[in-house]
Amino acid sequence: MGAAHRAQRTNLLQYLCQIQHQLNCIPAAAISQLAGALEISAAEVRGVIEFYAFLHEQPRGQFDILFSDNITDQMLGSRNLLAQLCKRLDTEPGIPRDDLRVTIDTTSCTGICEQGPALLVNGRVVSRLDNSRIEQIADLIESAVDVTEWPQAFFLVEDNIHRRDQLLSKQTAGLTPDGSALRALLEHGATTLLETIETSGLQGRGGAGFDTGKKWRFSKQAEADCRYVVCNADEGEPGTFKDRVLLNSYADSVFEGMTLCAGIIGAQHGYLYLRGEYRYLLESLQQVLQRRRDNQLLGRNILGKQGFDFDIDIHLGAGAYICGEESSLIESMEGKRGIPRKRPPFPATHGYLNKPTVINNVETFMAAAKIAALGADWFRSSGTADSPGTKLLSISGDCKRPGIYEYPFGVTIRQILDDCGAENTQAVQIAGAAGTTLPISESDRCIAFEDVATAGSFMVFNNDRDLFEMVQNFTHFFAHESCGLCTPCRVGGELLKDLVDKLVNGHATHHDIGEIETIGALMQDASHCGLGSTAPNPILDLLKHFPQLVEKKLAHSNYEPAFDLDAALQEARDITGRDDAGAHIESRS
Amino acid sequence: MSDKNTFMLDGVAIAFNAGDTVMDAALRAGAYIPHLCHNPEFTPHGSCRVCLVDINGRRRSACTQPALPGLNVDNSSDDIVAERRSLLQMLFVEGNHVCPGCEKSGACQLQAVAYHAGMLSPRFTHFFPQRAVDASHPDTAIDFNRCILCELCVRASNEVDNKQVFTISGRGIGSHLVINSPSGKLGDSDFAATDKAAHVCPVGAILPKHSGYDQPIGERLYDKQPVSIVGDVAAHENDAQGDDHDR
Repeated sequence: MGAAHRAQRTNLLQYLCQIQHQLNCIPAAAISQLAGALEISAAEVRGVIEFYAFLHEQPRGQFDILFSDNITDQMLGSRNLLAQLCKRLDTEPGIPRDDLRVTIDTTSCTGICEQGPALLVNGRVVSRLDNSRIEQIADLIESAVDVTEWPQAFFLVEDNIHRRDQLLSKQTAGLTPDGSALRALLEHGATTLLETIETSGLQGRGGAGFDTGKKWRFSKQAEADCRYVVCNADEGEPGTFKDRVLLNSYADSVFEGMTLCAGIIGAQHGYLYLRGEYRYLLESLQQVLQRRRDNQLLGRNILGKQGFDFDIDIHLGAGAYICGEESSLIESMEGKRGIPRKRPPFPATHGYLNKPTVINNVETFMAAAKIAALGADWFRSSGTADSPGTKLLSISGDCKRPGIYEYPFGVTIRQILDDCGAENTQAVQIAGAAGTTLPISESDRCIAFEDVATAGSFMVFNNDRDLFEMVQNFTHFFAHESCGLCTPCRVGGELLKDLVDKLVNGHATHHDIGEIETIGALMQDASHCGLGSTAPNPILDLLKHFPQLVEKKLAHSNYEPAFDLDAALQEARDITGRDDAGAHIESRS
Repeated sequence: MSDKNTFMLDGVAIAFNAGDTVMDAALRAGAYIPHLCHNPEFTPHGSCRVCLVDINGRRRSACTQPALPGLNVDNSSDDIVAERRSLLQMLFVEGNHVCPGCEKSGACQLQAVAYHAGMLSPRFTHFFPQRAVDASHPDTAIDFNRCILCELCVRASNEVDNKQVFTISGRGIGSHLVINSPSGKLGDSDFAATDKAAHVCPVGAILPKHSGYDQPIGERLYDKQPVSIVGDVAAHENDAQGDDHDR
């Protein structure tokens, strides 16, 4: 069997995604069939299904509806719209309706933040929800109209680019789709081009900011019989949507960057790992790939150069934020549960199938293609000495013009807020749930790796917003998305969630704040990967920057029980049908 | 011993071989770093994080940290012990660990490591999860209430028994041990009481049937000496009941 068997096992998640997409569930018969064909246990197949939020053993019904539950969706009224749809369709969140017509549920940020609230229906995005759209959706579902026949306007997702700079400027946008970067590679050779990438100082745009040229060189120099190039399009950080726009309108440049990397390091295979939420882009991306094959920009003997062979496949994710972490992404590409690997070794030398693998963000590959075509000096003419180039920001929340803004690194937060039309700003959340909450008083700070680093998420909160709702949303998000491997993230994240709920509900004491700090510090220190170590950031930032808000929320006593005695009686009340005064305990005022 | 092949553990020089982790070298030198998911017979896992140490200012799990010359490993400062204690307290509230009534009490590595770390109470709010006991197998019972997700049984079944009886399903706080059989029950699987997987559980989750409480409280594995001297419970699986544990 050897390689052939391994290749099949790596496709397990892709098979499961396909089955889920076609049948809206993965029946037991399919599980035993897959287990038999791949020579793995049925329990292992189930373990994979249970890991990914978009895969289900139980039928979800004809319409599987997932409301995007990011704080920006909530701020636009998503929770009320969900309740409205549930009421109209006489069903409860998370539970399939008896006739298996529909399931209505929530999901983590779908990356449609600037034109939300959004939902996914059978994997397709519906944007700009409002009361009337919800009414229409309810009618379509009750009439069992197939999603392909729903009004096309529902599925409109716009780019909303409001500021263009180096990368998106109309002057350079047309340069790389046609193979300029690859021609530069053939003209100057891999050694020179790698030096160009290194000289440019390009750092990874996914947030960590690792030196791109260095990463490519590690992979190139590693002893191996084959290498891989992977584009991380698992854009799951709440509030980020710039990769959505790049894949929608600049996919050619992204694929060109991947092909450039392949030519430099000597890879024959590449993968785009596309988050399940962006499945709606799959068809157009396949078309771009085919066009590039037809134009000799992919496939065998690229641009006629003997032996320059490279092609790209698309792997789908299935609702797991952790898979944006590069070693989880590799596990997921191999068809497994997305559990982060132990590091070292790093993917650059031991990645996909244990071979040297360059994994870069969508924006990084696009920037690399431009650098190859236009030179390192062109790139360095923007940004700061330590953070050359520009950054795409995904701006959402309380501002007049949410959307994509491209800025040279070094831009101040104040400038950004002015440009997007933010008024009465209380705070900004930069770099997503895992990032930093900054009060408006820190708006002189800059977007740059040496100051406030970000993969691009920029959420604005005005003075009318309750920041506790944001913190609660993010803390729940991390508990939901924890892979469950390590104790501090798995258990600590859940404890933190409960404590934050207690705080938000006005029942926390000074003792609870101390526990939040202890658990938070432990998660930061002891977690296996970045998810666990950043999960406490939202609440710890709130304690640090907004102590006066926290103080107002505290209960006056030094100790409050973790559970509500009266709420604990609810089950008994439900059973007996009583709700009179005698059926209540006044445990909390 | 050349400086090239040593690191410092709490001020003591520890020799290591190429490819060793900090845990490997410490175990060989007889130095105790508390741990639960680690067993030198299996691939390191790094999941329980109880072997948390400070290395040159950064927290690392000793079982996955490659040994390198000149590392300065802090395994017993107050900060490290306090963090380790919190991790153990988290494990205690995650499952249902009722030590006074547990067959494994006194010979339980979770309990022994918790004593070693000075844990006096569970501290955090209990989750009290509802988990069914699986008594379907003729020779072995599984009490999922005590499972700490160390995956030692998973690794033993995969790496030694070649049976893939156990795996992990779910994610986050919903992660749970599952059994590979048509019914999901142990009795319906290939599992045998002679399997390696039956003899690696650090807690009382995988227990032999037909005997219980044979050894009186006070005479159990960790009753006379602490875990730092006795070592892993799995290393004593073949001891005759009541023997002194002097190896």
